[in-house]
Amino acid sequence: MVSTSSTTNQDYYADGADTAEGRVFTVTGQDWDEIAADMGDSDAAERIVVNMGPQHPSTHGVLRLILEIEGETVTEARCGIGYLHTGIEKNMEYRSWTQGVTFCTRMDYLSPFFNEMTYVLGVERLLGIEDGQGNSTVPEKAQIMRVLLMELNRISSHLVCIATGGMEIGALTVMTIGFRERELVLDLFELITGLRMNHAFIRPGGVAQDLPPGALDEIRSFVALMKKRLPEYAALCNANPIFKARLENVGHLDLEGCMALGLTGPVLRSTGYGFDLRKAQPYSGYETYDFDVQTWDTSDSYGRFRVRLNEMHESLRIIEQAADRLARLEGAPVMVADKKVAWPSQLSIGSDGMGNSLDHIRHIMGESMEALIHHFKLVTEGFRVPAGQAYVPVESPRGELGAHVVSDGGTRPFRAHFRDPSFNNLQAMGVMSEGGQIADVIVAIASIDPVMGGVDR
Amino acid sequence: MSDERPAGPDKAVEQPATEQSPENAPEALGEPGLEVRAVGERQGMFGVQGSGDTSGYGGLVAPVVLPGAAQRPYGGWFDAAADALDPLLEQVVIHRGEITFHVHRDNLVAVARKLRDDPDLRFELLSGVSGVHYPGDAGRELHAVYHLMSFTWNRRIRVETAAPDGDPHLPSLVPVYPAADWHERETWDMYGIQFDGHPALTRILMPDDWPGHPQRKDYPLGGIPVEYKGASVPPPDQRRSYN
Repeated sequence: MVSTSSTTNQDYYADGADTAEGRVFTVTGQDWDEIAADMGDSDAAERIVVNMGPQHPSTHGVLRLILEIEGETVTEARCGIGYLHTGIEKNMEYRSWTQGVTFCTRMDYLSPFFNEMTYVLGVERLLGIEDGQGNSTVPEKAQIMRVLLMELNRISSHLVCIATGGMEIGALTVMTIGFRERELVLDLFELITGLRMNHAFIRPGGVAQDLPPGALDEIRSFVALMKKRLPEYAALCNANPIFKARLENVGHLDLEGCMALGLTGPVLRSTGYGFDLRKAQPYSGYETYDFDVQTWDTSDSYGRFRVRLNEMHESLRIIEQAADRLARLEGAPVMVADKKVAWPSQLSIGSDGMGNSLDHIRHIMGESMEALIHHFKLVTEGFRVPAGQAYVPVESPRGELGAHVVSDGGTRPFRAHFRDPSFNNLQAMGVMSEGGQIADVIVAIASIDPVMGGVDR
Repeated sequence: MSDERPAGPDKAVEQPATEQSPENAPEALGEPGLEVRAVGERQGMFGVQGSGDTSGYGGLVAPVVLPGAAQRPYGGWFDAAADALDPLLEQVVIHRGEITFHVHRDNLVAVARKLRDDPDLRFELLSGVSGVHYPGDAGRELHAVYHLMSFTWNRRIRVETAAPDGDPHLPSLVPVYPAADWHERETWDMYGIQFDGHPALTRILMPDDWPGHPQRKDYPLGGIPVEYKGASVPPPDQRRSYN
């Protein structure tokens, strides 16, 4: 079966092949005998390269790991990515500025509001409707709703990180309770935006619509429930000897390594350096909220777990403050007053769920030709954004997420490039796991928490 | 936005891009490095070509002009940063409170090294590399944009460099900022910019044998018409555009 056949007619899965580095066999299982027989009389050195993924339950998505191993020890580790590349950035160049939100929300699917936020902040900076830039700025209520949604999103994202990280080391209870709580957050998203994910809710100029009735009560009861349930994770994991044995001193990366490789977010904060963009370069009014930056000083996977767990408590604090402020702002606008930018129609809730506002349709179809023209122009053509470029990063659950937004003065993004923290942080996979065991590679990756939708875009 | 965010320049520095078309540029801008460059041309108003348009709007031609060079004083810490880099800079642009240093590709590595090592600058974090393709910017079609941040000073800057389509080479910043590794691979993959000195410049998002570089403006979006209830919806890049 093993032959020295020419490369033109190669059986990809069974044949050996002669390469510059010597003879290479591709092992697919149940063919060890044949390979051993073929290798028997040669002086072949054994150098085993294992492909882990892209379809593997422990690689956190369609991530391909190329591991060179010696026994159970990993001597070299590299990532193969791109399996989820969908051309989102290219597609955004062919849609209006508002439609772009619909695309970028789908990148990092565990933190959709952060994707929307950084893009929208860039567009708003180019439009000159940021805070304090003039009379027509993004209204206060929209900024508070954005903060509320982002912090809820941070909780749901960290829950998935902890849940899947637990699953990958065999702690299935952590997974089931993690997803149980995440579901509660997604229910809130569904109530507020109409969708569990891919919301496209944060728009240039504000948010798509006001809070539905009863939302604040739901949020408050969620916060109360989470305050009871979050300690469950601490009780289950924090001092659990098996959990600690698997996480402590695994995936080590110190502050120097983080800076050289551009790592931000929980990985950076697990080195004891309390850098958080919400504090350092606040946006959306974060400087007015009372919360603490969480750090840990072990620079390992366990530290990152504790940072995430503590950050969820801080997020609850911010959510409470945001809910109190929203209670005072009932009926306030959620979209910029400039009619040349603001999305013309608002949705409303009917007997069959969320849909078009009948009042708005009556207005444009029955009352005002000018309103109809305005609606038509803004929805089909969109608004123009002054030429220039902007980069306004936000602190996503995984670190610095930024959109480099370039406008040529037209109605579409000339270029929208996303600096995704997962993409950048995954570069550290090799440094974190070389020299460790194969099982520790999984833990190291789970502690980076890459989301392949964001890595590959 | 925040107290810590450095104060931007005075309003007088910033000029709206639309008023800076080459025809309207004031004569004082004759100095080298301060000229206003058109990076493209916008034709018509509705993007429809070859129709029986009798309104005259279809014949409009307007240059696409990015914000022009700022003049000193830039304000805040911008001046000190520009002083430290001065002979290496081509142009300084300040727009919406963000500062961009335009650098010739030959000076890129020197600038990056200085930005990282100078104790008054200390830009420790390279956030990423973002390619931009300006087909109309003759001789400087392929831009690479680097976003840098200083943890020490809590500041952000942007460094921009360019290469012509015919000679798409830029020096790699991996020796200075190891974080640039994957970002440069992505920019090579998407734009075909070759980063000389990169340890392993291979495709990263597209398959290894992919022809072309998808984010370039001359690379089509692709797509097929979709039939729905008897009507046919063309793919996005062939629909009427309002640019």
